[in-house]
Amino acid sequence: MKHVRRIHAWAAAFALTMASVAVQAQIKIAYIDPLSGGAATIGEHGLKHLNFLVEGINARGGVLGGQKLEAVAYDNKGSPQESLVQVQKAIDAGVRFMTQGNGSGAAIAISEFVSKYNERNPGKEVLFFNYAAVDPVLTNDKCSFWHFRWDANSDIKMAALTNFMTDKKDIKKVYIIGQDYSFGHAVRGAANSMLKAKRPDVQIVGDELHPLLKITDFAPYIAKIKASGADSVITGNWGNDMSLLLKAAADSGLQVNWYTYYAGGAGGPTAIKQTGLDHRVYQISEWHTNVPSSEMEAFADSFLKKYGGASGQGWWYLRMKNQMDMFADALNKAKSAEPKKVAAALADMKYKNSIGGETFMRASDHSLFQDMYISSFGAGTKYDEEKTGWGWKTVGVIKAQDTVIPTTCKMNVPS
Amino acid sequence: MLELIIFSSLNGLLYGMLLFLLASGLTLIFSMMGVLNFAHASFYMLGAYFGFQISVYVGYWPGLVLAPLLVGVIGALVERYGLRRVHKHGHVAELLFTFGLAFIIEELVQMIWGRIPVDYRVPELLNFSAFTLFATTYPAFRMFMLLMSVAVFIGLLLLLTRTRVGLIIRAALAHPNMVGALGHNVPLVFMLVFGVGCGLAALAGVIAGPALVTQPAMAASLGPILFVVVVVGGLGSLQGAFVASLLIGMIQTFAVALNVSLADVLARFGFTVTRESMGGDLWMATVAQVAPIIPYLLLVLILIFRPKGLMGDRDT
Repeated sequence: MKHVRRIHAWAAAFALTMASVAVQAQIKIAYIDPLSGGAATIGEHGLKHLNFLVEGINARGGVLGGQKLEAVAYDNKGSPQESLVQVQKAIDAGVRFMTQGNGSGAAIAISEFVSKYNERNPGKEVLFFNYAAVDPVLTNDKCSFWHFRWDANSDIKMAALTNFMTDKKDIKKVYIIGQDYSFGHAVRGAANSMLKAKRPDVQIVGDELHPLLKITDFAPYIAKIKASGADSVITGNWGNDMSLLLKAAADSGLQVNWYTYYAGGAGGPTAIKQTGLDHRVYQISEWHTNVPSSEMEAFADSFLKKYGGASGQGWWYLRMKNQMDMFADALNKAKSAEPKKVAAALADMKYKNSIGGETFMRASDHSLFQDMYISSFGAGTKYDEEKTGWGWKTVGVIKAQDTVIPTTCKMNVPS
Repeated sequence: MLELIIFSSLNGLLYGMLLFLLASGLTLIFSMMGVLNFAHASFYMLGAYFGFQISVYVGYWPGLVLAPLLVGVIGALVERYGLRRVHKHGHVAELLFTFGLAFIIEELVQMIWGRIPVDYRVPELLNFSAFTLFATTYPAFRMFMLLMSVAVFIGLLLLLTRTRVGLIIRAALAHPNMVGALGHNVPLVFMLVFGVGCGLAALAGVIAGPALVTQPAMAASLGPILFVVVVVGGLGSLQGAFVASLLIGMIQTFAVALNVSLADVLARFGFTVTRESMGGDLWMATVAQVAPIIPYLLLVLILIFRPKGLMGDRDT
């Protein structure tokens, strides 16, 4: 009797484990970005993007014949060390795909961790999808087979911006200000060398680095920019560093042109409106809300309605949409959720994105190349941002093929 | 250049006065009770958030009075039911209590108001530029911040020097046991001082909230500087706290304006160092880049050469 009861117990336990394994057939993707601290606004905004994309993919039938995607959020507080803790937590929770974008410091830490982890745990590899960390080193010296980047790297962006500045003869004195970490250093280096090559007549009157995501009062820095006599400012600042810098400029009535990467991020448009600088703040991005495309306009509109909230912060990361759409495609193409197979499917994928642009992933360094737009923020546009009445207007387009730059990446492709 | 100096002075003065609002409460509390209130910056943060919540319902101006009152009451209650009980276990226990309190307040704030900065707006009445000098405008709200801080400072000065309560407080500052022996209700005085100290911190929060971002990290960003001010000024000395706050406010603001690096200084003497030389980044770091850590350098120097602080009368 006891013998039979024990078999029943084992059978029940076996059935239960099988059942739980079946329930876990969802494919999880971990979002490892700041949800507190100086970049919380940007991090929360990005999470809304990911949730909206995952909901959309699941509503259209999921991937691999019915499996659903699930986004899991982890707060890395903007710190590289904390990111590693969160990646480990995600791996322990059964997540095989990580995504991150806010902060190249965290991205480099995650990429190196993932490479080492995959080396030591063959068969249990994880992938790292980088949607916004643009330090060039991630696809050059520190490149990895397990890392994919969906945003043009900082050198590409600076090349585009400086090309645009070449013909602007009203630029005489330029001030460079950035965040004191790897990305800020990359921006400053590229800005200095490219300006010297393309506009040797321009005087660089300032080259400033400030602590990352710590400063709440940029008034002293604005005073310095004013004192230098600059007519243009180049900055790669993002998060609170961008919006508060612009807010301080608004407070002191600073009249300069801003050449930025991320002035359109959450909080930025509101700050630009406060400065009153109509079509004098530029950004380089892979899209903005006024790029004509019926599919993308409808998509951005539905996101704004669902997640816009009181602040009216709309869609911003086309690159995340590219990433998730290509991820779904790769899963279906590889017919498997095994990271190694998904990586192989992604490595050389060509993809037509939602605005009809032809993009392609370069297998040698896992960079996605896409059309880049230079836009200015001001009045008179079809769609506005954050209820300010002002929006982005294209002033220059660089086709994907023209953004391609060589890479020094020597990737270890696993067999 | 003159423009830079004038505006840096204004900003430095502003920052210094804000620090003094916070440091005055902290110094009073420490001098009287020997408790270093680690949660002082957290009461500053509470004041900003209470002010924000009140501004959502009735506007900014009622918050200026209500928020410090509310936080002051909370502070008094913390002293009466928390610190007083812990007091008999010694100074370390009191320290740990306030340390834990700081964490609790931060988590509560995150739970109630979320982790993203809240939109605490400058009141419409003050949302214009006060004056334009050399084509740079200065916001009226900052002038208001400055004037409020000066008013509070003068009020505090008058309270301490011209009233009976001030007399008792000053006596308890220097000789608490004697004051108790003379029959004054010292625990009540302690509770009042703690409450008023927290109220001052909250007032600083209501003033600074719209200008510096109101977010859960605001306590952690101002907390360490506060201790530098109190130690540099001298524990037990209100005048020292005043001098130290202004000094550190000015240093931090002016340091940002200086682009000199060690490499530049060495170049004067004929030594060329670049980023590629040994310890390259260290030579190339400008004063502006290291501006945030200069107050801590000052702290270390003071502790080495003059542990009593600039004007203190007790050992740190």
